Amino acid sequence: MTHSDPNIELLRLVTVGSVDDGKSTLIGRLLYDTKGAFEDQLQAVRKEEGEGADGIDLAQLTDGLAAEREQGITIDVAYRYFATPKRKFIMADCPGHEQYTRNMVTGSSTANTAVILIDARKGVLQQTRRHTHIISLLGLPHLVVAINKMDLVDYDEAIFLTIKEALTEFCARQGIHDLICIPVSALAGDMVVDRGNNMEWYKGQTVLETLEGIDVSGHIDACDFRFPVQLVSRPQTQELPDFRGFMGRIASGTVKVGDEIMQLPAGTKSRIKEIVAFDGNLDEAFAPQSVTLTLEDEIDISRGDTIVHADKAPQTAQEIDAIVCWMGEEPLSPRKKYFIKHTTNTVKAMVSEIKYRTDINELTQDESADELAMNEIGKVSLKLTSPLTFDRYADNRTTGSFIIIDSFTNNTVGAAMIC
Amino acid sequence: MPQHKLTQLQELESESIHIMREVVAEFRNPVMLYSVGKDSSVMLHLARKAFHPGPLPFTLLHVDTGYKFKEMYQFRDWYVKEVGAKLTVHRNEEAIAKGMNPHEFGVARCCGALKTGALLEALEKGGFDAAFGGARRDEERSRAKERVYSMRDGFGQWDPKNQRPELWSLYNGRIHDGESVRVFPISNWTEMDVWSYIKEENIPIVPLYYAKERPMVVRGNHLIPASEGQLLLEGEEPKMVMSRFRTLGCMPCTGAVRSSATTIEEIIAEASVATRSERETRIIDHGSNSMEDKKKEGYF
Repeated sequence: MTHSDPNIELLRLVTVGSVDDGKSTLIGRLLYDTKGAFEDQLQAVRKEEGEGADGIDLAQLTDGLAAEREQGITIDVAYRYFATPKRKFIMADCPGHEQYTRNMVTGSSTANTAVILIDARKGVLQQTRRHTHIISLLGLPHLVVAINKMDLVDYDEAIFLTIKEALTEFCARQGIHDLICIPVSALAGDMVVDRGNNMEWYKGQTVLETLEGIDVSGHIDACDFRFPVQLVSRPQTQELPDFRGFMGRIASGTVKVGDEIMQLPAGTKSRIKEIVAFDGNLDEAFAPQSVTLTLEDEIDISRGDTIVHADKAPQTAQEIDAIVCWMGEEPLSPRKKYFIKHTTNTVKAMVSEIKYRTDINELTQDESADELAMNEIGKVSLKLTSPLTFDRYADNRTTGSFIIIDSFTNNTVGAAMIC
Repeated sequence: MPQHKLTQLQELESESIHIMREVVAEFRNPVMLYSVGKDSSVMLHLARKAFHPGPLPFTLLHVDTGYKFKEMYQFRDWYVKEVGAKLTVHRNEEAIAKGMNPHEFGVARCCGALKTGALLEALEKGGFDAAFGGARRDEERSRAKERVYSMRDGFGQWDPKNQRPELWSLYNGRIHDGESVRVFPISNWTEMDVWSYIKEENIPIVPLYYAKERPMVVRGNHLIPASEGQLLLEGEEPKMVMSRFRTLGCMPCTGAVRSSATTIEEIIAEASVATRSERETRIIDHGSNSMEDKKKEGYF
């Protein structure tokens, strides 16, 4: 809790790996060495025998539920916070077991950087390939790989280089180009926050230095303007009898007073009159600001509509293809009807076809699949009861994603990326 | 092209506003739990920003145990009026009439009746299907596993092993009759973010957060306020101690810390070098597993 400068930026990251890879130890180390964990929280998990940083079982810091501590596993995504004078970090900590693919997808969906762990003794495993594939599907721009347990391979540079080479080649095929490999001993603290004295041969940055330097912008302000309307504000008070504003969070791009806009799906055009904010109206606003827009003309706009620049319209369609990660206990099946929630719009949908199921271990596609079970990933076609305004996920993570909701249980059963 | 960047506080603010607007759009009858503390102050401020220029589209609900500090009641009544919000106060009158207190009945039973019980009663009475709370994930380890939309069954209970996955900024607000959600719009804020935001936005807070000479008794590692109505143990003698509160709860169960921080800048300076968490002064959190258990019973 060392930061005090309110002007620092935010990096959202996801950490993936199993307990065996030493992930909890790495996170515990980051929290401990950046003072992201307090003494009384540390005391609550202090062990009698030394287990890393000054006799603290660092893994116990991150396992929040009683069942996890009893079984020594991580059940669910946990969110952790730490900060340095340069940056604040929100970390989604995900378990790495196969059955928890859904948690990894969940944790990755809000992140722009992934940190995955590899055990230096084991190298690139099927599990690593699975994790890397999910990170590429979720469109995370940056991947940091901590090659951990270097202390158990005598800090051997050759082992590090062999793993790095194998991984670089694999990631390139997955479309991940910003890959940074770091040799680490989380237990001894080498190259996590401090460099340590054991790997003089490594000249790159530590894990923390790397995370402090990553470009966090995602450049969403440079994309086309997308404004999904959340709420229509009509206070009808004495001071504001006729005010009619459209509230929302800018999904991408920038907007200025006077811009010609269009409302979708109807296609009606108008101009931006005001950008209303609590601290005074703005001339310009950009993603991901939450604002209220008023327009020059009285046009009919409601929740679920999207406001865009008239000359940069996204697609509108009633049939879409998407990559789906299934999270429901009942499999996804082509005959069933679901709700989907996309930006601020909830519509009914039916799966018309399963195009293929990805074998997440071999990364091959099975075109004969007729359902997706929990933790499986595949490409499906959907028919919707009313049109959606969307972009491809590869172009826009906000307007290109949706969740699938079971219409009977109301549970969130799928995460989908439009292609 | 000019660089458009938000600071981390601005990004958190925008995220919180987005969450509040989603709830108001998708739920029939939301309410905001207002506990008078600093996190509630921040949450209320964010709500004013979210719905500007209109009024707040929900009422505030204070679940009062009767054991809050005098300064908290004064501040509550003044601030709610100042911002033009509507406030409902709910107390478990039955338990209060029976003289429920933590000394005789124990902290767990007292909290169960005056906080969890009263909260569930108030939510049921108001017919609220969504309740905003100012809990943060950095506060406590079971809260680190909490969703922004926390599903609760008909009894208000939390099932940590059966939570809905929460993806991107798409919150699933579909519930069955009788179910409800607790919504935590400042989930991603840390204690330091809260203080920095209070400073940046000049948000009023209860004066108890600022250091002053106050009558205290020293009990073990704790500084217990010796205010009016506080039960003292045998042999305890109040003395004046320069101190303040890092979090505010009920008088019998909230300790103070020694401090000389009389300005927000000094509080931030203190928080930035603090080596112990703010919840340490809250007796409710201690004992085995207690926050997780309380949440399963319906605590927020």
